[in-house]
Amino acid sequence: MPLLKNGTVSEDRWTSAADDAALPADGPVLISHARWLTERAALETRNAPLGIRLPNTVDILDFGPEAGRFGLIVLEFPKFSDGRAYSQARLLRERFGYQGELRATGNILRDQLWHMHRSGFDAFELAHPDAAAALAGALGDFSAVYQPAADGRPTALQLRLQKLRKPEAAE
Amino acid sequence: MYQYDDIDQTLVDERVAQFRGQVARRLSGALSEDEFKPLRLQNGLYLQLHAYMLRIAIPYGVLSSRQLRALSQIACRYDRGWGHFTTRQNLQFNWIKLEESADALADLAKVQMHAIQTSGNTIRNTTTDQFAGAAHDEIEDPRVWCEIIRQWSTFHPEFSFLPRKFKIAVTGSPNDRAAVRVHDIGLRMHRNAAGETGFEVIVGGGLGRTPFIGKTIRDFLPKQHLLSYLEAILRVYNQFGRRDNLYKARIKILVHEIGIEAMREKVEAEWLASRDGALRLPREAIDQIAAHFAPPPFEALPAGIAPAYAEAFRRDFEFGLWARRNTAKHKQPGYSIVTVSLKKEGAPPGDASAEQMAAVADIADRYSFGEIRVTHEQNLVLPHIRQADLPAVHKALKAYDLATPNAGLASDIIACPGLDYCALANARSIPIAQQIALRFRNWERAHDIGELKIKISGCINACGHHHVGHIGILGVDKAGEEFYQLTLGGSADENATLGDILGPALNADQAVDAIDTLVETYLRLRSSSEERFLDTYRRVGLAPFKEAVYAAA
Repeated sequence: MPLLKNGTVSEDRWTSAADDAALPADGPVLISHARWLTERAALETRNAPLGIRLPNTVDILDFGPEAGRFGLIVLEFPKFSDGRAYSQARLLRERFGYQGELRATGNILRDQLWHMHRSGFDAFELAHPDAAAALAGALGDFSAVYQPAADGRPTALQLRLQKLRKPEAAE
Repeated sequence: MYQYDDIDQTLVDERVAQFRGQVARRLSGALSEDEFKPLRLQNGLYLQLHAYMLRIAIPYGVLSSRQLRALSQIACRYDRGWGHFTTRQNLQFNWIKLEESADALADLAKVQMHAIQTSGNTIRNTTTDQFAGAAHDEIEDPRVWCEIIRQWSTFHPEFSFLPRKFKIAVTGSPNDRAAVRVHDIGLRMHRNAAGETGFEVIVGGGLGRTPFIGKTIRDFLPKQHLLSYLEAILRVYNQFGRRDNLYKARIKILVHEIGIEAMREKVEAEWLASRDGALRLPREAIDQIAAHFAPPPFEALPAGIAPAYAEAFRRDFEFGLWARRNTAKHKQPGYSIVTVSLKKEGAPPGDASAEQMAAVADIADRYSFGEIRVTHEQNLVLPHIRQADLPAVHKALKAYDLATPNAGLASDIIACPGLDYCALANARSIPIAQQIALRFRNWERAHDIGELKIKISGCINACGHHHVGHIGILGVDKAGEEFYQLTLGGSADENATLGDILGPALNADQAVDAIDTLVETYLRLRSSSEERFLDTYRRVGLAPFKEAVYAAA
């Protein structure tokens, strides 16, 4: 499935490891949350980037303090209508300051990319004939936002207040 | 009234363009119906029994005359010349063509309207007191807060794929006309000991197949924290609300299953971590929104009954009946609030023709500063009428069959569209409402019976709010035949209660007769004409009513 990163179709440099597979000595590896919980001690000694795949039932208030250990966090959308990972994403970015790659996987439709991007995702596994164009189109659908989110865009309210405080500068 | 600025207008225009693209992708086959469905639903477009239905948002039930006129034109251009006002203070058109739906939305956008989030598992249109800004008992104008919530909830990136739909209601008065205790979140403005206004936050109320009265999660929330607190509740719900069973997915089930204490703990913890962030509302921001809701330029009039009004009341019996039921006390001396009944006996509750909409718009321009409200009881309101103008307003409304003197009476029935339109219904609602209303068209008797809220739902989803009707009627299907289950003693006001089941379900004819029997029983049992049906029921209980209905059957 094409991986979209920074707006373009990119090569996935992460190797996804099955729970029972031996991990390569180096190179970025993506593991499951379950494996992290059971093999944590061994995994912590490994001297190469680690990525983790979180089911959308994981409480980020528990996981969040450890987020900084990972270079990639993959969040799941088992159905497009299951929106739990939006909250997980915002908590990781806004509450726990996670800076690494935040990737959306699963049943992802073009018209959800805007929500995902605002919630802090910067990478998307998107089954679409022209994924990059779909993403660019989706992110361009709206030119303003009403609520603060992980993308840090100024909200309508903030822009109005700016104008109110400095009427001439806002023109 | 709130007026869009460039940002609001741009967003609504962009939404129309986005939807036009989605419809084109659907018509070309690029989107399957399964993929298109959530997109059209987020724009209020449902596929019903016979055609597409378009549900248009009327934010917190407030309309300008220009907007109502536009709705009238849309009814003619894209529908069959009428529309249906709903219990969510919205308007539904029942005969929309998919190919024309984006054009209808574009016409709406020209008058600062839309159908955003009128469906789907999103935060829906916030509802409030239809008398907001006019009510004599108001602590603060709730429309300000509704507008703040509207903006925050529109295209919310985190809360557009919730476990289930989410409804918020706000009341600024101690007398709750917005049914805040039966919403996912209810907000009741009140003053604390220090004299500051804030919100009691109520969570987990709702009707449907598992009705609950909401529970108080916080007694007093300072106003600047409203959005962070709402976001905290929604975030807890989005993560922990059930998604395994459609019927257990509303927040009321989460609150019920984990308990209000555990819910409060989660929400407060989330809120503490976020309350001083970007959602905190600066005073200037609140003031900026509030300025939109400044009172209209009222005339300074003497207190007391205007002479022209008193004179008409004496001389014109019909006007007197109407004025007694369909006007309410205004906070401004010399003014009244008028309820425009969409419940003419024999007509489908909440329906208005394009001509009627245009007429109300004209009357509002002439007499009510161009303002109209939609009520959750499916009527319209002219919020600011000079008492001296009441006779003229009555006459103008009467010319369009809009002066039925029945606000709050037995024939002022809430009914869902039922099996005549809805794909979910088990039974028809509208014909039952029509037949009941015909029984109470003797106005002398109807006025003697007094306040009686009858609410009809065609299925267990309870769109007609039957659980909180003084008399509730629920349509059920028994081996392919329509039956109706009656409940008594429900109420959606500040003392909200759920109705008690009267007994076995009745067929349509029996159900309509039973309403008569219940009313006769009430008239026999009431302690005085001051005691309402609900009060008598609460005093004497179910037994005498049950006996009267089933002994006769």
